[in-house]
Amino acid sequence: MDDLSTLVDEARSAIESAEDRQALDEVRVRYLGKKGEITALLKGLGKLPADERPAAGERINQAKQTLGQELDNRKQVLEKAALDARLAAETLDVTLPGRGQSNGGLHPVTRTLERIEGLFTRIGFDVAVGPEIEDDYHNFEALNIPAQHPARGMADTFYFDATRLLRTHTSPVQVRTMKSVEPPIRIVCPGRVYRSDSDLTHTPMFHQVEGLLVDEDVSFADLKGTIEDFLKAFFERDELSVRFRPSYFPFTEPSAEVDIQCVMCQGEGCRVCSHSGWLEVMGCGMVHPEVFRHSGIDTERYKGFAFGMGAERLAMLRYGVNDLRLFFENDLRFLRQFA
Amino acid sequence: MKFSEQWLREWVSPQLTPQELADQVTMAGLEVDAVEPVAESFSGVVVGHVRRKVQHPDADKLSVCEVDDGSGEVVQVVCGAPNVAEGQKVPFARVGAVLPGDFKIKRAKLRGQESRGMICSASELGLEEGTSAGILELPATAPVGEDFRAWMGLEDTTIEVDLTPNRGDCLSLKGLAREVGVLNRLAVQGPAIEPQSVTHETRFEINVSDPERCPRYVGRVIKGVDVTVETPLWMVERLRRSGIRSIDPVVDVTNYVMLELGQPMHAFDLANLSQGIEVRLARAGERLTLLDGQDIALRDSTLVIADSRGPLAIAGIMGGEHSGVTATTRDIFLESAFFTPLAVAGQARAYGLHTDASHRFERGVDPALTAVAVERATALLREITGGEAGPILDVTSQAHMPAPRQVTLRSARLEQALGMPFESSLVVDILERLGMAVTTAPEGWTVDAPSWRFDISIEEDLIEELARIHGYNRLPVRRPSARLALRADDERRQPQARLRGQMVARGYQEAISYSFVSPELQRLLMPDAVSPRLANPISSDMAVMRASLFPGLIKALEHNLNRQQSRVRLFETGLVFNGELDSLTQTGMLGGLACGPREPEGWAGSRESVDFYDVKGDLETLFALGGNADAWRFEPGRHSALHPGQTARVLHDGEEAGWIGTLHPAVRAELGLKVDAVLFEVRLDYLVQGKLPAFSALSRYPEVRRDLALLVDDSLPVQHLLDSIRSHAGEWLTELRLFDVYRGKGVEEGDKSLALGLTWQHPSRTLNDDEINQLVDAIVTESGQRFGARLRS
Repeated sequence: MDDLSTLVDEARSAIESAEDRQALDEVRVRYLGKKGEITALLKGLGKLPADERPAAGERINQAKQTLGQELDNRKQVLEKAALDARLAAETLDVTLPGRGQSNGGLHPVTRTLERIEGLFTRIGFDVAVGPEIEDDYHNFEALNIPAQHPARGMADTFYFDATRLLRTHTSPVQVRTMKSVEPPIRIVCPGRVYRSDSDLTHTPMFHQVEGLLVDEDVSFADLKGTIEDFLKAFFERDELSVRFRPSYFPFTEPSAEVDIQCVMCQGEGCRVCSHSGWLEVMGCGMVHPEVFRHSGIDTERYKGFAFGMGAERLAMLRYGVNDLRLFFENDLRFLRQFA
Repeated sequence: MKFSEQWLREWVSPQLTPQELADQVTMAGLEVDAVEPVAESFSGVVVGHVRRKVQHPDADKLSVCEVDDGSGEVVQVVCGAPNVAEGQKVPFARVGAVLPGDFKIKRAKLRGQESRGMICSASELGLEEGTSAGILELPATAPVGEDFRAWMGLEDTTIEVDLTPNRGDCLSLKGLAREVGVLNRLAVQGPAIEPQSVTHETRFEINVSDPERCPRYVGRVIKGVDVTVETPLWMVERLRRSGIRSIDPVVDVTNYVMLELGQPMHAFDLANLSQGIEVRLARAGERLTLLDGQDIALRDSTLVIADSRGPLAIAGIMGGEHSGVTATTRDIFLESAFFTPLAVAGQARAYGLHTDASHRFERGVDPALTAVAVERATALLREITGGEAGPILDVTSQAHMPAPRQVTLRSARLEQALGMPFESSLVVDILERLGMAVTTAPEGWTVDAPSWRFDISIEEDLIEELARIHGYNRLPVRRPSARLALRADDERRQPQARLRGQMVARGYQEAISYSFVSPELQRLLMPDAVSPRLANPISSDMAVMRASLFPGLIKALEHNLNRQQSRVRLFETGLVFNGELDSLTQTGMLGGLACGPREPEGWAGSRESVDFYDVKGDLETLFALGGNADAWRFEPGRHSALHPGQTARVLHDGEEAGWIGTLHPAVRAELGLKVDAVLFEVRLDYLVQGKLPAFSALSRYPEVRRDLALLVDDSLPVQHLLDSIRSHAGEWLTELRLFDVYRGKGVEEGDKSLALGLTWQHPSRTLNDDEINQLVDAIVTESGQRFGARLRS
């Protein structure tokens, strides 16, 4: 049976040298196919004496099995090589930048307004807005600032005629809300406001967020708590020092200006805080009974507090912007920094 | 209000450093703006005595003086001041002295003459701005050899408080001292003010014809004053430390009393007054030349002090030039009045004036001070200028005087308002130190408001005083509590933040531009727009309200193009203003602009410029946010700022909702822009309207798709064809997609070929070919009839 061994050796070397699936299939056909050489040996068994047949048959089948196994192995090797080659060919430079649009971004003032609104709406405040061309009544009169009141000189007003003007604060929205909604009231009023002032630290338009809370048993202590919480949350500083300084607004009493420890120098004193260690960031107070009376709210039953802040100022402090005027130039090099 | 710390300490002197004092009053609501030394630092200056003065032998303008500086040795100095004279007491800088500006005094020779020191002027010592005319002459009583700084009290601080308009009562040393007194619980002691003995009977009659505006007017004639005398240095210094320049002794005294007590006063030269004083409104056509030299036409709402010949002064604001005190004045008429805040408010501003007097009267001057101030001024004048006082004439209309204000303070209300109980003794102590009369009442206290506190008339005013004096930062802190109540929430409404987020995701940077724009720019973009014009714009290019977001966006585009930004995508939200004031609409818009390459420059990006359809696509994604894109339509339109062939009017449920288009080439040329830009703006109220999702069951049956290629006239708006197809495609059409628009080879000139994909699906059965064929036939027929569309073979 040396023929068989030779045949197997021949077949083995043919398998080893097959370089692709097609060549391998040809090898399989040549040896194991219907007309293959191993198959032919099996067919030739009948010519052997009956007593030799079982042993010879077993040897041939053994050889057939062995070759089948080796063919399968070789097939797997070839397939893996083919896949590897394909993967290698398909390799990308993953460090190239992605394709398509780049994102834009929100204006820092909007970003700041949204942040402030978010902090307050999460504790149950609503957002209220109103017209920007206002009348004397809603901007002044209803806020306890009658004509000729010295406080009218506090905000230089843009007028259209004797009674119509650009709102100097968002307080008219508070008035409109108090006139139309029953307490309890909890609102924040973000928006554009206008004062005829233009220099390094003033722009004729800026943004305010004012807040108003009206309910039974509201005290100055509640105002202090709300403001302190807000400022600490806004600046993300639990240890931020906040102080309340008596001040004057015709629409609140008691009134306060709120200072925080300078966030630039941590109260050490720097250019931003004029070396005082403190930064004035907002005004607030308990709603003046005269304002309630204008809005038809029972001053014996209800109390309220109000506060107001400039969004640009807070944005400057939060993001370290050093020039107010940049906010309205819409320079892309500036805007892109806040995306 | 600026004041000298030393002066204040004559009234009340707490154990505090100047900075501590400043901090204390700041935290009581009198905000300190500045704490500054009254003089720059210098040393080695003493009081000197000019013993001898001779002409410098070799210099016309110099003299050689011998100065006794108290050291026992007389020193020779060369002096250039014209006013140096023998016998004078002067500030003398010894050799070794260091003057402001680190100027060291050394032994020197001037034109051959030895000079060992320097006789100083006020400006050289930093006591006067600019350059003084000559050396500072000191009173004869100045002690020779004494350190000049110590003798002048220059180790002093000026404290400047920025008072809120409600605190007119603190526009005086008296008022400030009261505050400092209550804050430190110290007694306050001012100068004694005695009635002055009357030594003649000359009266100058006063007639107040407008007692509502002037409830009290007090006058006195003082005869024989000498206006040529020097105002004493201590008074000049106090005035200076309060920021007031010395003028002459009479004016200085009136200013001094104003600073001390808070009562503005005016002195007239009696020789220039005719008959009596009349306090009345100005009459039409009257004019007045003011002390500062300007000639004004008086308004008929202005209260004036007049005599028989006409107006002499604007009441409470400024005196006239003609009746003022001069060096030759002998007899004066001293005025002290109570003009009501309303009489003065707004008047000064109407004339472009703002004076120390108007500032005080607008805020309220204590009506109880009127006569006291006259006595104080008389005493000072007699001391300085000499003179004989006549009787005080006091014309008071009690009916028009401020009514006494009695305020009830309830202890429960106080506790509720501030969140803490107050001891009765504390309440009484604070209020009494503020000058209020306090009596106990059943629920709390009854308080008489002081005449100088125009800001106290209701309970809250007292609560504020107690909070302020006790200290805001010592009051409790609490978080408000509220009932947790859910509120209605319209789910269809899109938050504006979501719209903005979408614009950001589409590559736009948010801009915020001024709501007032240049009228020229607005006219160029929209010649027919009508929007309100400001009466007092800050500049001519910010004079009209924007009727559209386009002017601001264009301005921002220009700004960026000028800074080498070639790819600009901006959006803005905000109100636009349309119509005259009486028919005004203030409409929230979202607008945007895109210019430059479609994509940022990159290895794979398109280098094509952004076009109409890019921006329209961006806008369509906004419409889709609320799930109600079908409500929106674009139709060809005309807008003055936009390219007539590339402009769409945007409709929402058939209502005009905005515009989109390419900037008009003529406008672009006018603006000098070198690149195309696509702009849009759409009403926010429509953008936020979304739709509630409504589920429809998913079909288990196969879809049928047919593609059609239709040839139509190139000018046909495709939307019209699509609308028509949709309406003839039966109720099972699920999608209609335009997947190609082709012009060119194989399509006749003037035509375009549209490739459409239609998809149908029935919810509960398989659609058969026959019914689809029928629908397609109907579509082709209808499209042919209405639009001349032909199937492309």
